[in-house]
Amino acid sequence: MSVSTRRLQKELTDIQKQGTPVGIKLLNADDFQTWHLSLEVLGDTVYQGEVFALKFRFDSSYPISSPAVQFVVDDTWKAPVHPHVYSNGHICASILGNEWSPVLSVISVCVTLQSMLASCKKKELPPGNDRYVKNAPENPKKTRFEYHDDNV
Amino acid sequence: MSSNDEYSDEDIEYYDEDEDMEDIDDVGSASEMELDPLNDLNDPTRPQRKIFEVEYESLSQNDVEKLMRADIEYISSIFGVEMDTASLMLRWINWNKEKLIEKYMDNANAVLMASGITQADKAPERAHAGRSPSSSAHQSSIGPRRSSRRIAPEPPKSGKTKILERLTPPIEDGKFICPICFDDTQTETLNMTCFHKFCKSCWHAYVESKVRTEAESWISCMAEDCSLVAPDYFIEGVLKEDKATWDRFQELLVRHFVGAMPNLKYCPYPSCTYTVSCPVSVSKTSLSSTVPIVTCGASAAHKFCFGCHVDSDHRPVICAVAKMWLQKCRDDSETANWIKSNTKECSKCQSTIEKNGGCNHMTCKKCKYEFCWVCMGPWSEHGTSWYNCNRYDEKASVDARDAQSRSRASLERYLHYYNRWANHEQSKKLSVELYAKTEKKMEEMQITSELSWIEVQFMKKAVDEVIKCRTTLMWTYGMAYYLERGNEKELFEDNQRDLERAVEELSELIESPIDPEVIKTLRQKVTDKTVYVQKRNEIVLEDTAKGFMDRRWKWNVPVEGYD
Ligand SMILES: [Zn+2]
Ligand SMILES: [Zn+2]
Ligand SMILES: [Zn+2]
Ligand SMILES: [Zn+2]
Ligand SMILES: [Zn+2]
Ligand SMILES: [Zn+2]
Repeated sequence: MSVSTRRLQKELTDIQKQGTPVGIKLLNADDFQTWHLSLEVLGDTVYQGEVFALKFRFDSSYPISSPAVQFVVDDTWKAPVHPHVYSNGHICASILGNEWSPVLSVISVCVTLQSMLASCKKKELPPGNDRYVKNAPENPKKTRFEYHDDNV
Repeated sequence: MSSNDEYSDEDIEYYDEDEDMEDIDDVGSASEMELDPLNDLNDPTRPQRKIFEVEYESLSQNDVEKLMRADIEYISSIFGVEMDTASLMLRWINWNKEKLIEKYMDNANAVLMASGITQADKAPERAHAGRSPSSSAHQSSIGPRRSSRRIAPEPPKSGKTKILERLTPPIEDGKFICPICFDDTQTETLNMTCFHKFCKSCWHAYVESKVRTEAESWISCMAEDCSLVAPDYFIEGVLKEDKATWDRFQELLVRHFVGAMPNLKYCPYPSCTYTVSCPVSVSKTSLSSTVPIVTCGASAAHKFCFGCHVDSDHRPVICAVAKMWLQKCRDDSETANWIKSNTKECSKCQSTIEKNGGCNHMTCKKCKYEFCWVCMGPWSEHGTSWYNCNRYDEKASVDARDAQSRSRASLERYLHYYNRWANHEQSKKLSVELYAKTEKKMEEMQITSELSWIEVQFMKKAVDEVIKCRTTLMWTYGMAYYLERGNEKELFEDNQRDLERAVEELSELIESPIDPEVIKTLRQKVTDKTVYVQKRNEIVLEDTAKGFMDRRWKWNVPVEGYD
């Protein structure tokens, strides 16, 4: 069994046995390539009542390198309006880039993104959203983000 | 044949007068050299540095490693620390020894922490890294990151803590399970002084990914928010069975060192590991009067500019002007596309004219206006030779009175230079393609005729020379665009025209059909012309270089280093 498969198997077993943190639900994990999870920000935040879906894509280098993570944007789902989330669902978060650590997991990424949304005071698109979306690669991991300020 | 070929890394050290004398003795008398001019020009022992060449030295990776080691030993001995520790500190401070000593004297602990040698909070059992707020101080980077979880107002606490603990079980029932792969069959574990233990196979995958995929030599601990950086001995241990990655890691260290040294530059050619040292070209002042084109010791083809980011020879023009010209070409790339198309408008009747041959003398079908394809000017002004059109006729722009015609004139002026620049670039490509075919034919001739391998080399030499001279010509157009009008510019353009004409003639010779009956005559013609072209090229390079040194060139725009 490859490391990524064993690791994802372990994460899946943990989720099935012990459940997910509040506001995070596993939508599907039919294989070890793509998982979907839903994300809700609880409490008094600018995203009250909104639910988002996250798509995780793994390759054989997971968890040594980060998964490709983005918000789902389709007929059912919308990306949150947030200064670090482009309208195509791509996320500018250092945890998914240069600050990824192999000890992080799918759930810890969800929790981090949840608190990123929770601490947002004002719904705003990232600067240069249109230009980025127009030229963005399909896979957000191919983008080299400059990590913006954290004070949102 | 190129002056750059003369630099092999051993030769460089011999550039003193005594050696010059010896070399002349070795080669023989001057008259002998003239008998075989091509061989003379190729002579690698000919040590004379030309006015348009700079002094430099090519270093192998090994040579650079010696320089690095000297710095590391120096710091190691004055601080009384291990070599690996000294190395991390130097890498952290970008190899600035003086600054490091100053900082270390001021606050050694702060330096050790910033260099990833020690941690702020040294509790080894803090296996669930990322929980300690004190360790986040080093993270000056931004964006929603791991640490942002900590500052979240109301994070769903229970879930988060539980999950993270589950995923990092350091020891379960006394038996170690790697918190990354959860593979309980792994027996070998490794950790740095932070005691974040992971299995060797995960460490290897991690280091390999950093080194190979990210080209990163500054490798921090795998634990979340742990700021320790892997010292060389640790990396070496992880990569014990992976020599290729270890080699690449060492190459990355050398690259980092070279990047920090203003007098060193890494060869930009793919997978080359040579470095060039060119101390004379470090200052801005020297870059306003010399063009430091260097070649690394790995290959004569690895030619690049030490002063800027152009990965080819941009002589005779200095870096600042070359940069302006390339920027101008980028900014006007739409116009440039228009130029490259095969249709243009007749400047008299505006009807569309298509070019379908090589000749530049055009006649509009509709109004019978005769003009030059390259400059769109009336053919009558070109005299008998189209080479006169290397010179832009500034009259038009002087006459332009209103803003619109002024802007049109300035566009035309740019297009004049750009067109010729692009034309030579295009021709360079065509020559290379054509030569591939010629080469095949030459090889066949070697078999069928009595010509030796040496004797059929004249074509290769000629093509190389044409390509080199077209490169010079390209840049002379970039330079002429910015040259102030006047006598000096006219002399510059005289030299440019003479070189251009000679190059076109040699190009034509190269393209003439080869067969065994004419090969001897052709060889003589091509060889003579190659020598002539080479001389013309040197005249352009030499005169332009002299002009820079005695500040003869005046610019029509502000140029860095000129007021
Ligand atoms: Zn492991
Ligand atoms: Zn650690
Ligand atoms: Zn090279
Ligand atoms: Zn340059
Ligand atoms: Zn016409
Ligand atoms: Zn012309």
